[in-house]
Order: sequence, then C-alpha cells, then structure tokens
Amino acid sequence: MNTPKTLFDKVWDSHIVHQSFDSQSKQEGHPAILYIDAHMIHEVTTPQPFADLRKRNLKVFRTKRTFATEDHSIPTKDQQLPIREEMSRRQVEALRQNCKDFGIELWGIGHKNQGIVHIIGPQLGITKPGMTIVCGDSHTSTHGAFGCIAFGIGTSEVEQVLATQSILQYKPKTMNIRIDGKLGKGVVSKDIILYIISKISTSGGTGHFVEYSGSAIKGLSMEARMTICNMSIEMGARGGMIAPDEKTFDYIKGRLYAPRGKEWDKAVEHWKSLPSDISAKYDKELIIKAEDIEPMITYGTNPGMGIKITQKIPTEQDFTSDAQKAVFQRAITYMDLRPGTKLLGHPVDYVFLGSCTNSRIEDFRKIAEIVKGKKKAKNVIVLVIPGSAEVKKQIIEEGLDKIFLDAGFDLRDAGCSACLGMNDDQIPPGKYCVSTSNRNFEGRQGPGARTILASPITAAASALTGEVTDVRKVL
Amino acid sequence: MKKTINKISSTAVPLFLENIDTDQIYPARFLRTTTKEGLADMLFHDWRFNPDGTKKAENILNDPNYGGEILVVGKNFGCGSSREHAAWALSQYGFSAVISSSFGDIFKHNALNNSLLPVEVSEKFLKIIFEEIEHNPKTIIEIDLQNQEIKLPSKKIKVKFEIDAYKKECLMKGYDDLDYILSMKEKIKEFENTRENDFSLPE
Repeated sequence: MNTPKTLFDKVWDSHIVHQSFDSQSKQEGHPAILYIDAHMIHEVTTPQPFADLRKRNLKVFRTKRTFATEDHSIPTKDQQLPIREEMSRRQVEALRQNCKDFGIELWGIGHKNQGIVHIIGPQLGITKPGMTIVCGDSHTSTHGAFGCIAFGIGTSEVEQVLATQSILQYKPKTMNIRIDGKLGKGVVSKDIILYIISKISTSGGTGHFVEYSGSAIKGLSMEARMTICNMSIEMGARGGMIAPDEKTFDYIKGRLYAPRGKEWDKAVEHWKSLPSDISAKYDKELIIKAEDIEPMITYGTNPGMGIKITQKIPTEQDFTSDAQKAVFQRAITYMDLRPGTKLLGHPVDYVFLGSCTNSRIEDFRKIAEIVKGKKKAKNVIVLVIPGSAEVKKQIIEEGLDKIFLDAGFDLRDAGCSACLGMNDDQIPPGKYCVSTSNRNFEGRQGPGARTILASPITAAASALTGEVTDVRKVL
Repeated sequence: MKKTINKISSTAVPLFLENIDTDQIYPARFLRTTTKEGLADMLFHDWRFNPDGTKKAENILNDPNYGGEILVVGKNFGCGSSREHAAWALSQYGFSAVISSSFGDIFKHNALNNSLLPVEVSEKFLKIIFEEIEHNPKTIIEIDLQNQEIKLPSKKIKVKFEIDAYKKECLMKGYDDLDYILSMKEKIKEFENTRENDFSLPE
C-alpha cells in the first residue's frame, strides 16, 4: 500500500520536474524544480525581470500560461483617462510594452477581464484544483481555496518562471488547521482567519504550507474560503489550501478556462482524488472550535494583533518578553489607542471595502444587505472598490450600486486601491480606517494611516455608525 | 556574476523589534520604480525620515555610533509582502548579512537570491548579541559562511548556523538560480511532454 499523502503532497509531487538527492544524507538535496501551471503577473513586480530577460536575450517560455493584468498602481477613478501620476503611468506602460514584446495577452484597464490578480484567477476559471500557481505577490495564497499550491514569489523567482515555467523551491512542512463546529451570528470567514492569526501570531505558520479542514471550512462558500487562504501569508505560512469538493467544481464549471465536455469529466474525476488521505500525517496540527470565534478586529500594527470585538485592548502586562512589550508599545503609540480599553465605539474616519481579501461579489452582497435603505455616518468616507471589472458589472446589474449610492458610499473601479498606499487611494496620516484588507502594518494604507482590520459586515456596520461597531447589533 | 560572500567581520546595527514587515523595510509607495537600482535611500524610509525629508535623529540607522555591514533584528524579520525591493534596498544600503532568530519565508528566499546572507541563530544567542551591542556599539561580529560559524569575539562565543548546501555554494561563488534552472530546460520540456492530468488550459 502507498504511503498516505496530504493534499499538499499530492499536488507537490505531481509537479516535480527534478529533485536531486544528497548522496551522503540520502535526503532531498538541492531545492526541487517545480513546474508552474499558471503564472499571474502585474505591473509592480515585473519590470525588472523583463529587463533582465532582454539583457540575457531570453524569451518567455510559456506565454499561454502567463496571465497579465493591471491592478496595484492604477487609480480607481477616471480609469479611462491617462494615469496622472508619472511613476505609476511609466510602470503600467512598461507592463504593456513587455506583454507586447514577449507575446503575452494583457487584461489591462478597460478590458472586461481586468482586476486584482487574485480575484480574476478564480473568476475566469484559471484557478483549478491540483494546479501550481505563482505570482509576484504574497497574497497568491488566495488560489489555494481551490486545492492548488499557490504562493507568492520574489522578483528573481518571477524571472525564473518567465524563462522556464518552473521554479527552484524547497519543500515546506505541512500544517493542518481544523475548524469544526458552527459559526455564531455575525461571524464570517474573515473572523476565522483573524482569530487563527491572533492565536498563533504572524510567525505561527512560518516554513509551513497550511491545509484548512473541518466542518466549519466545508460549510463555507468558495468566496469565503478564498478569504481564509488569502491571509495564510499573514501567519507566515507559504500558502494555504482547502480540499476541493462539489462546491469547488460547481464554482469552476462553465468559466472561461474551465475544461469542457469529456475533459470536464476527466478533470473532476482527478480532482476527487486530491483530498488528503485519511491517515495522512502533517508536521503540525491545530484544532479550533468554531463556537469560540466572535467577530474580530485588530488594534495594532500586524494582523496577529487581533481581539474579539467585545474584548479590551491588551495591556503591557499581558506580554511576557521585553521584545513583545516593545512591539506592543510601538503599535499602541502608532495607533494612538489606550491599552485596557475597548475598541468598540472608537470613532472611524474611513471605511475601505475592497482588496484581494474581500472584494468579490458575495462580499458586496453581504455589505448591501446591511446598508440597504440606510446612510453612512457623516464623519466617514466609505470607499467601495470592486476586485475586478466583472465584479463592478455585477454590482450594477444587481442594483447594489444604488444601495451604495443612497448610503453615501463611493463606488469606484477595480484595483488594489487603499489596501496598500502605492496609488492615489491613501488614508491620510493619523486617520482611522476600518478596512476589509489584509494588513494593518504601519503606513500600509499611506504614511501615518491607522488601519483596523475587520470583516466586510463589521466594516459595513461601522460605516453606518461612524465608529467601531459590533455587527451583531444590526443583524 | 553576483557579489560573492565568504567571511564578514563587522560592527552591526541593532533593531530590537520583532515582526518587522517588508512594508517598513521598503514602503509600498516606492514600489512604483521600474528598476532595481538606487533603492538605498528608501530603506526604512519612514523610520529614518520625517515627512519633510529631514532625518529622524532618534532612529538608530541615523545614529553615527552604529554602523557596519550586519543588521541584527528581532524574530520574524521580513514578514508580509513578497517585494524583493526589501532585499535590494538592504543590500544597496551596505548590508551583507542579517542576523535574526527567524525570517519570513519569502524574504529569506529573496535575500539568498541577492547576495544578502540571512543568518538564523537561537533566541538566546540573539539576545546576547543585542546585549553586547548595547554595551558596546563597536562590538565586532564575525560570520564565516564556509564553516557556517558566527562568532562574537568579545564574549568568546562561537556558534554554528544552518544554511542549505546549494544556497551556500551559490552565495560563495556568486551563482544564480536562473543559470541553474536554465540548464535544466530539456528536463522541463520532458516533464511537459510526459505529464498526466493537466487541466490548466482548455483544449
């Protein structure tokens, strides 16, 4: 009988082009050469590798497996006009020129397939079980929700993939995070992942590839699963994945890059063989009860600094080491919050509804349910940024745009927007922003900006009151 | 050919903080660059400079008492974004090695690909290094990549550190992953021609 394998092992092993063995230790030697099924590229992490390819006189090895879009540095307003900011414009123009010169199809501004890399992959059916997917962006882990190995890579690695459709990679360890039980009222997938990171810290998953399992995960929609896998990197993990099931297949069926006819049946049969074998072993395991999770919120400057929304911000005494105390003090000073007090009721200046974590149509439907017929508080500016041109189209077709307009929200075009302060959408210094994005690092949303991470429904509830709000009050 | 690394003997800059993310090392708004050059000024930009561009006197990177080609940092250094600009900026600023008790995975890969040596030591040894530098900013640290040793001569301490044999060779000889992987192109084509169950692209 074969050794039982995890989902990760099955996908990893089937993509090994070459693995050398150390003759002395009999262990795996060099990093493995791993074949990459799909390479997503965008304007930020590609100008340097393309320049290098030119210098070395190399071609892009598999243009059909390279998917290009514009998302990070583009404006979300007046996208039909030339990009005003010079460096952003030059960067986007570089991508356009590179795609043209190297023969890669580009879904740029104005194209119906344009959007955040991690939103369009699944939306177009590029993302499928059993694949390997990389991108020069750490949130590539999102695609793991379909049972694929997907991870973010550096620019040197982008060049390797462009040139050879393969990457040198060490095999990470595996970790199983099992969440069983029923989620409480107002608790959504964003709360699950913020809860996990608050428990195991931003380095709890370092060196590991995580599989999320258990009845609470099974019960989630594909969109909700993507939110969880998206933030795997925030616990330091290389990536996160979820076993494919009927929900996965239903989601993929009929999409642009989905197999068709007999190919589809063959694919589904193969995909059904991917889930971890029953007695497969992981290097690390963590079990969480869904009932223990409440709506979550962050108070500090890394995603591990999260609390249940009804809890108090910790005090210095809650931390043991000098190093932890230093991190806490720096964070609390930056955020200008008081230790030992509740964040609930704290005034908010901005609400950002968007990013590769939470900008799918399902997120906006849930937000619309909460704000329908209501108005935002006067003290807040609310940005609604769809993850892709297609999501924006759906928002309009479903009439959600009217709900947002009536509420006083600012619905714009697709892009990474205020998730990272590298385009026009930035949170001003000292301002508080409840954000559905993934990182609350110092200056992440702009120099001096103060980010409070939360679920889309918690953010929506906070937009209505103008303060940090327990969404269960409005459900 | 990249810069080669073997022995480093230098004073160090200590940053006694854990979980320093790559947004701190290289803020996002500077990611609009299309080159790899000239990034040293952006390193820890918002920690080193006031909004008006003047230096923040209190930041240790601006303190003339501290310097050298080694950076010593708290655990989980380089977590967060995959931006390789963080490794480029550290290297261009003049650092050859970063010592910590753990690193973000992507950052570690990026550092190794850019002649920047990440040295992983125990939390206990890291604490001793911090204390030594606090006691004497001119403390010398010696790193010997060939023998995988890090020494603190003032305390007469010598410890081993781990590094993958392949990566060690690359760093010592200035080799590049790309050269190696390009040499395997025939194997890659063979893989493509013989694999089964590939449903990535519709027929």
